[in-house]
Order: sequence, then structure tokens, then C-alpha cells
Amino acid sequence: MQVNERKPLIVAFCCNWCSYAGADLAGNNRLSYPADVKIIKVPCSCRVNPMFILRAFQRGADGVILCGCHPGDCHYTSGNYYTRRRMALLFSMLDYLGIEKERTRVEWVSAAEGAKFAATMNDFAQTVAALGENKRLEDLRCKK
Amino acid sequence: MQRIGVFVCWCGSNIAGTVDVQAVSEALKNEPGVVFSANYQYMCSQAGQNMIIEAVKEHNLTGIVVCSCSPRMHEATFRKTAAAAGLNPYMVEIANIREQCSWVHKDMLTGTEKAIILGKAAVAKVNLNTPLVAGETPVTKRALVIGGGIAGIQTALDIAEAGFPVDIVETKPTIGGKMAQLDKTFPTLDCAACILTPKMVDVAQNENIRIFSYSEVTEVKGFVGNFDVTVKKKARYVNEDICTGCGACVEKCPMKKVPNEFNLNMDNRSAIYIPFAQAVPKVATIDPNHCNMLKNGRCGVCSKVCAAGAIDYKQKDEYIQEKYGAIVVATGFNPISMDKFDEYAYNQSKDVITSLEFERLTNAAGPTAGKLLRPSDLKHPHTIVFVQCVGSRCAACAEKGKEYCSKICCMYTAKHAMLTRDKYPDTEVYVFYIDVRTPGKSFDEFYRRAVEEYGVHYIKGMVGKVFPEGDKLKVQASDLLNNKQLHIDADLVVLAAAIEPDKSARPLATMLTASMDTNDFFTEAHPKLRPVESPTAGVFLSGTCQGPKDIPETVSQASAAAAKVISLLVKDKLKGNPCVASSDELMCNGCSSCERVCPYGAITYEDKEFRMPDRTVAIRRVAKVNPAVCQGCGCCTVVCPSGAMDLRGFANRQIIAEVDAICK
Ligand SMILES: Cc1cc2nc3c(=O)[nH]c(=O)nc-3n(C[C@H](O)[C@H](O)[C@H](O)COP(=O)(O)OP(=O)(O)OC[C@H]3O[C@@H](n4cnc5c(N)ncnc54)[C@H](O)[C@@H]3O)c2cc1C
Ligand code: SF4
Ligand code: SF4
Ligand code: FES
Repeated sequence: MQVNERKPLIVAFCCNWCSYAGADLAGNNRLSYPADVKIIKVPCSCRVNPMFILRAFQRGADGVILCGCHPGDCHYTSGNYYTRRRMALLFSMLDYLGIEKERTRVEWVSAAEGAKFAATMNDFAQTVAALGENKRLEDLRCKK
Repeated sequence: MQRIGVFVCWCGSNIAGTVDVQAVSEALKNEPGVVFSANYQYMCSQAGQNMIIEAVKEHNLTGIVVCSCSPRMHEATFRKTAAAAGLNPYMVEIANIREQCSWVHKDMLTGTEKAIILGKAAVAKVNLNTPLVAGETPVTKRALVIGGGIAGIQTALDIAEAGFPVDIVETKPTIGGKMAQLDKTFPTLDCAACILTPKMVDVAQNENIRIFSYSEVTEVKGFVGNFDVTVKKKARYVNEDICTGCGACVEKCPMKKVPNEFNLNMDNRSAIYIPFAQAVPKVATIDPNHCNMLKNGRCGVCSKVCAAGAIDYKQKDEYIQEKYGAIVVATGFNPISMDKFDEYAYNQSKDVITSLEFERLTNAAGPTAGKLLRPSDLKHPHTIVFVQCVGSRCAACAEKGKEYCSKICCMYTAKHAMLTRDKYPDTEVYVFYIDVRTPGKSFDEFYRRAVEEYGVHYIKGMVGKVFPEGDKLKVQASDLLNNKQLHIDADLVVLAAAIEPDKSARPLATMLTASMDTNDFFTEAHPKLRPVESPTAGVFLSGTCQGPKDIPETVSQASAAAAKVISLLVKDKLKGNPCVASSDELMCNGCSSCERVCPYGAITYEDKEFRMPDRTVAIRRVAKVNPAVCQGCGCCTVVCPSGAMDLRGFANRQIIAEVDAICK
């Protein structure tokens, strides 16, 4: 594959109770979004360790998005509040390191918001594509 | 090393239409650990499952990856298949190549490429899966029902009938809820008391039911099968066990000018009171805000007249702790406040009333002994205007009303209009409506009778303004069908106020970790398939706390919730979720970070002896997760500074393996 036709690579962490179900609903309703987005299921958005996000960027991801239940609706009551604070910190640190703020995002998507899930992914994929490849944290030693 | 089998499902053409299933199963053959890979039309079918079972046996598989629909659909199915093949059910991972792939991507090339990557991530995860065994916890065979309206009553009776003990916690001094305040009930017009009070008596007499009236739930801990609940029994200053409900105290109490909430403040009661004659429990309660004895130590009449000696001015709030296996929420509804609806002059004229007040005005036990008299001058009203949808279906007036339809108002307004015309044929009755909504058995027939037989004037249009003038209420309204402005001189205006969940429901939901919608109605686990369960295991929903409902619907839901509770309580043990946190005690430094974030209090500490390299013994404080309490959110794993805490089934290593597989 040639470098210039490289598609962006986006990792989406989705909590099991809301956003993963929202993604399923987008599928049920055949609402398309770019195949660049690959979903990893976590029990709650608060399960996402900043380490996972760093790892994704190190391995060449161009954007990482975290989706959870709306504030107040976390299945575990408070998980997404931790997520919100943790990620605010992490994302500004990443920005400082040269991973632009636009490459990272937290979104609240409920189980009923299939349309919001697809729209969010379309928008995020577009934003990330416009920024081009992430070279800042990518560790070339990880590539064969 | 695992021996993994990969099974790619076509899902008919649902997956195979946009994903080259053959190519996917070929590509995954070469992944580490994979020893077998196949594809089939319907993996979830009996034949598909048999294929998995045979492959497990033939190839000695230790792990399974199914590339198919969402795990929310069939993860449970394939876990059972694995168990049938002799594998641990948690050695299965699903790659969601339908909802996340074939259904959202249009062309074969993209779909296939992505399906392969999702498959690789699942394989990478299964390589690190370990067999998990769900812990078992015993079930406390007792249920708690919060709210004693018709919903709570029916649920409690059904559970008790099945032989399980039930406690009802009700904030008011009596059970009965709103139904106890109604006069007749649509669509059959039987009297509410005649059908409700026998049920209330059944509750009182049922050996399996305890009623905590004038009480509230203050704390809920624990989880399905094992809730620990604290109930506050507010001091009623009357010993419930001794009081016979004779009412001598009520009669003699000198403080007679207390607004009577049961009659919606349209008349007065005394400071010591029994809400209504058929109250259950039929015991008196002293209102501390109005009792002279409690306020300034002067009086004590009730204590003197009580032959049973039940009065106890020193009574204190009492806290009761009890264990329950299941909790049913039945906190009901209230009409919204009319304070913000100045256009209808509710606060300016006594003769503008709500429909619930109308129920009391027509009820034989109400403030006018059932005679329809207007509150201001107790004269018989000759022209009555009913206004429907006051505050309902009001997207534009969200700051004072509700966006939703309150569902019951069309029917009870038809009832009120019909009953008025039946008893007082000389009364002109107008009903203003946006739409008349009468879906329900015998409902439309009921409404048509009001129009056709009883000559009620139904006018499509909204009332713009009501204002008192002399002893009349001037009503300005539009008649949309005839495109006319109407001016009616009314004697009484009745507002069908929107209904909303009880205000105490929000803090209760937080205690129960049960979710609510934006209107504060409790959310069901699934809007269609699990309508009486809340998403929180062991918490069930009954009646109008979940959404507007009439009595028949409330009772059906109440019985359905009871059935769910019974099927939980008959189990001796419950299997828990094995995907829980656990800490590596060798790495844990006892910092308490995890304990602080755990929303369930699942983490405690214990002092452990460690043998040190120099043969001394050190005692260290280490975290310990109670697997029965942990719900598996994983929050603690992220705050652990030493990496001691991890989540089974979603371990750090597993998630990183997925990230790596996707980012290759
Ligand atoms: C004017 C009017 C007329 C109606 N007419 C009819 C009719 O003719 N036919 C018909 O089918 N339906 C009618 N309805 C609807 C009917 O009243 C309801 O369907 C029914 O009362 C719902 O019962 P429920 O138990 O869900 O709620 P409720 O009756 O509201 O009972 C809830 C109970 O829970 C208690 N509670 C609340 N919060 C707590 C808490 N935190 N802790 C403990 N206890 C709590 C409350 O005190 C109350 O006793 C009418 C309603 C209105 C307003
Ligand atoms: S996983 Fe969640 S529920 Fe379990 S111990 Fe950790 S913080 Fe508590
Ligand atoms: S956060 Fe980690 S180190 Fe601290 S007590 Fe919990 S498990 Fe131990
Ligand atoms: S469960 Fe969805 S954010 Fe916590």
C-alpha cells in the first residue's frame, strides 16, 4: 500500500452499557461511518487507562475517541465523571506533546443514539483525516 | 499457548453480503494460536453450534472466536455452546462484524478488510483469556416495595401470595396512593374506594406483608439478592401497635384548622389525624407542625382522651435495617404545580381547580360530601369548562410544563364531564382539547358516550385566558374547527394538569443506582422486551413511576414486576458476574486509591503477612475486592498507582492486545 493512500486509523473505546449499544443501533439502522473506526468494548468508559490511549498512538493510531453514557447515566453511577476528568488531563498533556487536541475526543452516546454515534464517527474521522498521519508518538520500532 | 477455533458467520446475506466470509476465515487461520477456522451460514443455529462443539472436541480447542453479530445478541448463546463442549464459557470472544461492519460499510473490500482486523483483535484477546468462574451468592428471600399506591399494593399482594415476605414503605400515613382520592374510575365507572379498599384490607391482613407507613428509605447498599436497606420510620407520636383507630383524639383535638392535604387543602383537619376512614394502617398521626403539645408543651388533650394510651409525645424517628433480595419502585406520580399557569387564574380564583380537586369535590367523603359545589360560594355551578393538556404535550413551554402526553387526562376528563351531565343535567359542560386520545379497551366508546349520549360540548382548541369577573369566570378560547373565538361565562374551570414523577424519585434513583429519563421517570432495562426491570439488577418498576399510566395498566405492570421478583426469589443462589476486579497483593501498597473511587464500596483492606527475602516477616495492608459486591466497572484499575489492580475479562493485557491488533 502506498503511503499517500493510507487511511486514517481510529480506535474507539465504547462502554458496554450505552455507547456500544449506540453503535449497535447505528448498525441496525444502517447508518454508515468510515471503516477507519475500530471499536473496542470496555465495561465502562472509566475502564480506559490512559496507557491504552498512549499505546494506540505509539502503534500508529491517528485518533482515539472514548464514548460513554451521558453524565448522570453511567451504569456504575459515577464512572464517566472520572473519565471526563482523567481525559481532560491526558488530552492536554498529549496536546503539549504534539498530538493535537482534535485527535482525541470524549463523547457521550446513549443506547438510543445510533444516529449520534454515526454522526460523531463521521465527524471525528473527517477531522482526523484532515490532520493527516500521526507521527508524533508513533514508535517505528513497533512496525515490522 | 491457546488452541483457538475461529467461526465466521454469514448471517445469511446480512454479513456475507458485504464481507467475504471465506477470505476472513482464511486470513484468521494464520493468526497466533488459531488451529481451526471455518465459516457457516448461521452460526447461532443448532447446526452452527454443533459445528463449534465438534470442532472443540476434534481439535482440542481451548478458546473460541465467533465473528458474527453483536455480543449483545448472541454472546450468551455461544458461551452456552462452549460450556456444552466442555469449555469455560468465558473462553469465548465475539468479533462484531455485523453491526460494526457489514451493516455500516457498503463495499466488499472495505467490509472484508475491517472484519479481518476485528477478528484479529478478538483472537489477540482470547489468547489472553483465562477461565472465569462466577461466584454464587445466596438470595435473601424478602422483597421491598417502595410506594404504597395501587401499583405497590398489587405488587406486594402478588409476591406475598407466592409465599415470600414483603415490606411496603410508604411516605404517607396510609397506603392507597392517588387512587384512594379518586371518586369513580373510567372506563367502567366503578367507585375507586369500592375496588381499592378491599385490596388495602388484604394487604393489612396478609401475614407475609409488613407496612412501614409514614416512612422512607434512607440508604440502600448491596446488590441483587442481597440489598441492605435502612428505613426511617418517622415519629408519628402515636404507638401504632396500640392505637385502635377509634378517632376520639381526632374529634377532641382543639387544633382544627390544619389544611387537609387528602382533600387537597379544600377543607381542614385536626393536628392529630387519620387521612380517611378506610386508611391502612388505621392509626392516628400527629402533625408536629401544628400540634400545640409538640410545639410548646401546652395541650395534651389527645393523650387524655385516648382510652388505649397510644399517644407518645416523646416518640423518636426510628431506623430499621433489613435485608432484601429484590426491590420494587412504585413511587407513583403527582399533578404538576399550576403556579406558573397564570393564564388560567388558578391562584386568583378558588373556582379554578385541578382535576384531582374535582375528584375530591365529587367524592362522597370529600369536602362537600359529594355535592358538586363551587369552592368559593358553595353554589351549584351551571357552566363548567374543562381544559385538557394543561402543561402536557408542551414542547414550547418546557420551563413550566412537560413535553410528553400525560395519557390519562383525556379519559378522566370525559369521565368528569359525563358524570356531571348525568347527575346535574342542567349543567352545560365544555371540554377544550388539542386531540382526544382514547386508545384502550372500551375507551373510545366511553368518550363517544360523553359526546353523543350526554351532550358534552367538545371543542377543539385551546383556552387562551381565564379571568374572574363578578362571580363568573370569563373564559376566552378558540374553536379551531369553526375558526371562531369563544367567550364563555363559566362557574367552574377544571384544569387537567400534566402529571410528573414524585419529587422523591430522583434521590431514590441515586440510592438504587437505577437510571431515569430526562423527565425523571425510571428507565426500563429495555423499552420493549424488559419493561418492568430497571437496568440495575434486582430493581424492578411498578406503576406510574416508570411513565404515565391508568389503573388497568398500572395493575398489569405491578403484577408483571411481581412475577419477575418471584422468579428471582425462588432461586436459592444467584450466579454473579465473574468479570470483577482483583488486586495482586504482592504489588499492592495499600494506598487506598482504589477504595476511594469504587462506587460500591467493594474494596476493603486486610493486613497480610509477607515473608521477606531476608526471612523476616512483614505485615502489609493490602486491598481486597469482594467479588460479590464488585460490579466490574474497572474504575479502580485505572487509579491504582502500582498496577496491582486488574479487571478479569477486561485485563490491561487483553485490552492492550486488542489495541495492538487493531493498530498493526
Ligand atoms: C384526576 C385523576 C383522575 C384519574 N382517574 C382515573 C380513572 O378514572 N381510571 C384510571 O384507570 N386511572 C385514573 N387515574 C390514574 C390513576 O390515579 C393512576 O393510574 C394510579 O393512581 C397510579 O398508581 P401508582 O401506584 O403508580 O401511583 P400513586 O397512586 O401515585 O402511588 C404512589 C405511592 O407511593 C408513595 N411514595 C412516593 N414516593 C415515595 C417514596 N420515596 N417512598 C415511599 N413512598 C413513596 C406515594 O405517597 C403514593 O402513596 C386518574 C388520575 C388523576 C390524576
Ligand atoms: S471494578 Fe469497579 S466495582 Fe469493582 S472494585 Fe473496582 S471500582 Fe469497585
Ligand atoms: S490502588 Fe492499587 S496499590 Fe492502592 S490499595 Fe488499591 S490495589 Fe493497592
Ligand atoms: S457505563 Fe457507560 S460510561 Fe460508565
